[in-house]
Amino acid sequence: MIRFERATVTYAGQCEPALRSVELRIPEGELCLVVGPTGVGKSTLLGAVNGLVPHFTGGTLAGRVVVAGRDTATHPPRELADVVGVVGQDPAAGFTTDTVEEELAYGMEQLAVPPAVMRKRVEETLDLLGLADLRDCPLHELSGGQQQRVAIGSVLTANPRVLVLDEPTSALDPAAAEDVLAAITRLVHDLGITVMMAEHRLERVVQYADSVVEVRADGTVRYGSPSELLPGSAVAPPVVELGRASGWAPLPLSVRDARRMAPSLRAAVAATPTVPAHRPATVEAVTVLSARRVLVRYGDLVAVNDVDLDLRAGQVTALMGRNGSGKSSLLWALQGSGPRQGGTVQVHGVDVGSLSRAQGRTTVGLVPQTPTDLLYLDTVRAELAQADRECDAAGAGAGPSADRLLDRLVAGIDRDRHPRDLSEGQRLALVLAVQLRAAPTVVLLDEPTRGLDYRAKQALGAVIDVLAGDGHAVVISTHDVEFAAAASDRVVVLADGDIVADGGTAEVLTASPAFAPQVAKIMAPLPYLTVGQVLAQVAP
Amino acid sequence: MSSRRAPRALHPVAWWLWAAGLATATMATTNPLLLLLIMAVLALVVANRRTDAPWARAFRYYFLLAVAVVAIRVVLRSVFASPVAAGDHILVHLPALPTPSWYAGVQIGGPISLEATLSAVYDGLRLACLLCCLGAANALANPKRALRTLPGALYELGVAVVVAISVAPQLVESLQRVRLARRLRADPASRWHGLRSLVIPVVEDAFERSLKLAAAMDSRGYGRSGHVSAASRRLTGALMVTGVLALCVGAYGLLDASAPRALGLPVLAAGAVLSVVALTVGSTRVRTTSYRPDPWRVPEWLVAGCGLLPGLLLTAGVGGAALNPPVSPLQWPGLPLGAAAAIAVAALAAVAAPPPPLSRRRRPSPARSAPAPALVAEAAT
Repeated sequence: MIRFERATVTYAGQCEPALRSVELRIPEGELCLVVGPTGVGKSTLLGAVNGLVPHFTGGTLAGRVVVAGRDTATHPPRELADVVGVVGQDPAAGFTTDTVEEELAYGMEQLAVPPAVMRKRVEETLDLLGLADLRDCPLHELSGGQQQRVAIGSVLTANPRVLVLDEPTSALDPAAAEDVLAAITRLVHDLGITVMMAEHRLERVVQYADSVVEVRADGTVRYGSPSELLPGSAVAPPVVELGRASGWAPLPLSVRDARRMAPSLRAAVAATPTVPAHRPATVEAVTVLSARRVLVRYGDLVAVNDVDLDLRAGQVTALMGRNGSGKSSLLWALQGSGPRQGGTVQVHGVDVGSLSRAQGRTTVGLVPQTPTDLLYLDTVRAELAQADRECDAAGAGAGPSADRLLDRLVAGIDRDRHPRDLSEGQRLALVLAVQLRAAPTVVLLDEPTRGLDYRAKQALGAVIDVLAGDGHAVVISTHDVEFAAAASDRVVVLADGDIVADGGTAEVLTASPAFAPQVAKIMAPLPYLTVGQVLAQVAP
Repeated sequence: MSSRRAPRALHPVAWWLWAAGLATATMATTNPLLLLLIMAVLALVVANRRTDAPWARAFRYYFLLAVAVVAIRVVLRSVFASPVAAGDHILVHLPALPTPSWYAGVQIGGPISLEATLSAVYDGLRLACLLCCLGAANALANPKRALRTLPGALYELGVAVVVAISVAPQLVESLQRVRLARRLRADPASRWHGLRSLVIPVVEDAFERSLKLAAAMDSRGYGRSGHVSAASRRLTGALMVTGVLALCVGAYGLLDASAPRALGLPVLAAGAVLSVVALTVGSTRVRTTSYRPDPWRVPEWLVAGCGLLPGLLLTAGVGGAALNPPVSPLQWPGLPLGAAAAIAVAALAAVAAPPPPLSRRRRPSPARSAPAPALVAEAAT
């Protein structure tokens, strides 16, 4: 169905190709997972399937890419629209109409499908993806998971034989991601559609995949079944890591397989009664931030409802909950810049709402969901210097310079590069350095793990350990249970503006199946969260 | 029973024709009674036949704008006072500002006459009424569906407008987000930095979004050319350009009395023909279909007709001199019955058009609106 013949892609102005002589043959009806660290050309590989690379992005393609018998060299993306459907990371960015039904019909209108057929296909697709109740809804009122399903539906109506998905679940909470993945597997199994999908959080998808394409740093690829490839892969979900460390063969890909192999491991671990801590404890007993009856509302919509929250120095709190449960609103209210209609937020006895901007920064620092909103200069160096000047002017000049802070967080970022050209992880580090320059008592991070691969997440975890060690109180809002398990001491779960769970990470995460990390599911009923914890116990 | 008819959306072009007819009628008169009658007709039909979609709330804003237009017109006329004739009724004397001699044409302040104010009110009302016609069309017809009825050759233009309309709210959202984020960093040192820190992230964001949108539209088949030869494309282009040029020249010839007569109507007509041919040839190039196209049936004919009727009659002069009542000497404007009746016909659109469909989300659920079986049984006994 999809054939790459010695395909090499080189972007203009780059000396190294993004993809190097790729040979691939993906048969019909296969769910093929594309894995690899950030920035290695996964998106290039996916874009080459429907001709966006190089027709839209520029660059040169040597060799051939043939999809359903059509060569992408002679067929631009629009001429492949009836065989390849493409869904991106941010579904809202690709919407061209404003209601669900019209969006589903848009692609067919372009292909000049007769009206009677269009009507029938729209109805079928509404049912197939469970969108029938939403047909008249404006697209911007839908939740993230619903938007992603509409985006998939809108390319499905054109009856494509190949579906290309670039990180379809990265912005979704665990339940919405399950929804989308269930829809995708149904398409593969019921309709025989060939799917190529890139995904960072392998723990969610690897059990559904028929094959894996691993893109490596030099632009070459390896292709094979998941159990062949993952043992040697640079990126692997916790279940695979545990399997690798325990020497299980064949390597388990799902929690079910691993659990069936784990009885001896559980027995060995259970022999020692004390469970090692999942992260070094640095929590001090000092409460630095204390929020009482915080209320945030937008018109009639109550986003945060009478929430009480205490944050301690050195403690890392993970804030979890579905999309739209009020996580961001709570963080902004805690910072003091966002709206707050009721309650108090005090840091060392002073309400954050009464502080000036400069004082607010030195008290509570926030890294917003789109960190680039804070950046406006041409180079990393200029941004860092600007941060220094701002803090000197505000009288918070003491402490290490922003440049030193950035080196401590992530070493070796070229200071002359444009911030937009950095990888997601590097950009996050830059914004974090800018915000940390003011040495805030409390550090809030809104969804920092979005778009980060395993290695970048590990680096972020290390950064957070440093912050906690320095005595900052840290709050991370995240959908990523594996990251929360590895990086936090405490988990707070928000639902509909209320705190529904608040406690130690092990206690909260193991209590609910939706939030349990893979290791917890494998080791249950033993309270283990991370691979490191288990290994520390088995081989001290 | 009109309320028993199945709800459906009227063809947007029918509503635009109806509103255009009333706008034409508005242009033909300064009689405040007729103008107020037109506004009443517009309000009545909008109140009866608008949907619950966001754009349907537009009429109120157009109306407020219209009120503002009348007020501004009256204030300006009072400040830049016009010369007062002998028999005028003076309302008030404003202090007059002396103007330099080379600026003698304009007088600031001075006596304000009732006649001048009234004439400002009449003029303002006419503008206000035109605004209300536009507002009514916008409130009654989904603007995006109206754009979809453009001929195929203009399809791409329509898409560009629709995309621009949907991008505007995103830009506002992105601006709000960046402004909020800016509070997280301390105040920039200079105003220049302040502006930069706001504009650069917003513009970068907008660029990224449009690139993503373009990629998505491309991969969904937007702009599939089908099989068209370059020659045919060039022919369409040449026809279109010539046609539009001829239209411009023709309009100039028609409006400028000193231009030769041959430059007027004949050239205009030729331009119109060329443009229509270009659109038709161009339309065969674009091959798209439209999903659930709006049908054109009897109600569409009725609505368009009852809007165009007053336009035609008033332009033809029905109502006579009473269409433009003089302000001097002062008199109560008369109500020409024929013209008033013609305008009243336009109100029939409120009955001729089928009721608009409610969006599904706001439709009462059957469980709530239907009486429970137990209650029905009780009532029967």
